[in-house]
Amino acid sequence: MSLTGKTLNEEEFFYGHKACAGCGGSLAVRIALKVLGERAVAVLPAGCMSAVAFNFPQLCFGNNAMISTFAGTASMLTGVEAGLRAQGINDFQAVGFAGDGGTADIGIQALSGAIDRNDNILYICYDNEAYMNTGIQKSSLTPFGAKTTTTPAGENIRGNLRPKKNMFEITAAHGIAYAATASIGFLNDFMNKVEKASKIKGTKYIHVIAPCPTGWGTATDETIDFAKEIVDCGLWYLAEYENDEFILNYKPTEFTDVETYLRKQSRFAQLTDEDIQVVRESRDKKWERIQKNYKVK
Amino acid sequence: MAKEFLSGNEAFAYGIRLARPQVISAYPITPQTIVVEKLSEMVEDSSLQAEFIHVESEHSALSCAIGASAVGARAFTATSSQGLLYMAECLTYAAGGRFPIVMMNANRSTALPWNIYGDQRDSLSLLDCGWIQAYAENAQESLDLALMSYYIAEHKKVSTPFMANLDGFVLTHTYEVVEVPEAKQADLFLKPYVTENKLDLSYPKNLAFSVGPDHNTAFKFKEHLGILRAKEAIDEAEHKFNEIFGRQYTGLTESYHADDADYIIITLGSIAGLVRETVDKYREKGEKVGLLRIRYMRPFPNEEIAAVARNAKAIGILEKDISFGNEGTVYTNVNSALQKAGLSIPSSNFIGGLGGRNISEHEIESIFEELKNEKSTVSFLGIGGGEE
Repeated sequence: MSLTGKTLNEEEFFYGHKACAGCGGSLAVRIALKVLGERAVAVLPAGCMSAVAFNFPQLCFGNNAMISTFAGTASMLTGVEAGLRAQGINDFQAVGFAGDGGTADIGIQALSGAIDRNDNILYICYDNEAYMNTGIQKSSLTPFGAKTTTTPAGENIRGNLRPKKNMFEITAAHGIAYAATASIGFLNDFMNKVEKASKIKGTKYIHVIAPCPTGWGTATDETIDFAKEIVDCGLWYLAEYENDEFILNYKPTEFTDVETYLRKQSRFAQLTDEDIQVVRESRDKKWERIQKNYKVK
Repeated sequence: MAKEFLSGNEAFAYGIRLARPQVISAYPITPQTIVVEKLSEMVEDSSLQAEFIHVESEHSALSCAIGASAVGARAFTATSSQGLLYMAECLTYAAGGRFPIVMMNANRSTALPWNIYGDQRDSLSLLDCGWIQAYAENAQESLDLALMSYYIAEHKKVSTPFMANLDGFVLTHTYEVVEVPEAKQADLFLKPYVTENKLDLSYPKNLAFSVGPDHNTAFKFKEHLGILRAKEAIDEAEHKFNEIFGRQYTGLTESYHADDADYIIITLGSIAGLVRETVDKYREKGEKVGLLRIRYMRPFPNEEIAAVARNAKAIGILEKDISFGNEGTVYTNVNSALQKAGLSIPSSNFIGGLGGRNISEHEIESIFEELKNEKSTVSFLGIGGGEE
């Protein structure tokens, strides 16, 4: 039976933390741990989720959890997994939760190493599209056109000039056991992917979009709406990779307007009509490739 | 106990096998490679039951070892030079987390200029990271240190990671006859690692957390106490080691005719062998010179240094290291020991062996001759003073 809000574990493993109101990342962590349960051993690098949850003596994880170095989520997770297994313990789930910068920038080398070794770990990237903990600086998962504190919008440059790094397909290119994209706007899809991943042996990577009201310039009660709309307007997509195959899980019958999605967020306030056309065209190009290369379910 | 002809690297690997680490994570770097190659062969032939993780960098090597130690497994890694510098962030991490990981470091010069040969700038520049730092002189001591390192690091009063340093090439690649203990004896010496400082599935914990200004000093003070108390653990380990294996080590330092000497060379690592021979020649001539070999830079042997320096007329610190813009780091530490003991005797710094440059017997003699001037100077062997 697939997981829904009704069948989800009522026990909480991540609470009492000081995340911002409307934080998408903390919801992703909370929900994933409810799926994985008390045998989850979590590793989180320096970043939003460790900053809000590990402030001695207020420690907010009900399961085993530790902070890793910023670059070391995957490598420390490997050590946790190997260390427990070496002691004859097998009934646990080694899970990492890292942000977009911790994953696609500073942590990509260790992640690549873990996938290469096919270590039996689950790595979840909660993507809020910038270094939010340190005050909204650009990461390689910040989308084109977004204003951050290191990609300011001025006369000469209107925010970030580069598109998001494609972490999903990068991990897939390693021949990873399982990879998936998700959004906290589609929680059932996300929690079922976490559950599915937990049952697969080898390295698993789930990339979940987790809006950040503080960094995106949106209202705190709109987080879920934006996490839905980013999928509905086609700037994000729900997909899986396993057995050498890409699978599209959800295809909107018609995309909602990209401009509407962008204009509601203050980080995109400076975009011109031409900029928005660039976003639209890159979305269409991406979807052409998806239609061609992904199996549509 | 079998006798084998082993290099320093191999001897260390043999010692590590006897210690039964459960997780080994390592990345290759000259001149450390042989120790990890040897361990991977031991895992392959099942003479060592361990998870061998082929990490993609030194940062990950130590990060992985931290993860393993954080769940209560005995972890080992090895590195050298640039690799040690690359993992530096993880050094303070392992120490602050009180994870008793053991690492072998093959002492090697640091770039630039590139150089693969031995000096001690790599480990000495990271003296403040919270690790116990030991320096071996020969292959036998390397093997014995490998086995003792876990006893000391995991000691309840210590819980501190342990860096065992072997001079690159001069020690790592030089073959000597080494007594290799039986595994049964080693098991009598070293018990499996048991700790409460771990993520535990029966009693979930949050580890490696943040601590703000209010409590931070208390954590750091406890970390400091842990490494200070390693001194007692070292004595305890060496006593027990002697009972089982019949080899007695001498704690933080080893004195060779230093106790009644007028002029003493204080040094560390493999160069001590040549200094010892030179001391013999001077003693034959009736000159009272001696050697104090530093075996541990952390915890630092303040009392041991003061005890021999008390009766000396001058001491010379010979080290393969320079803290640019000042002097050798060992020299700074030794002078601090003298000052704290209220001793104001001349002490001079001799910096040599950088990038693997040979230190000759003639140069050791020239140090003793220089000490007779009873001045305090800093100089580079083969070049001279550091003045402009």
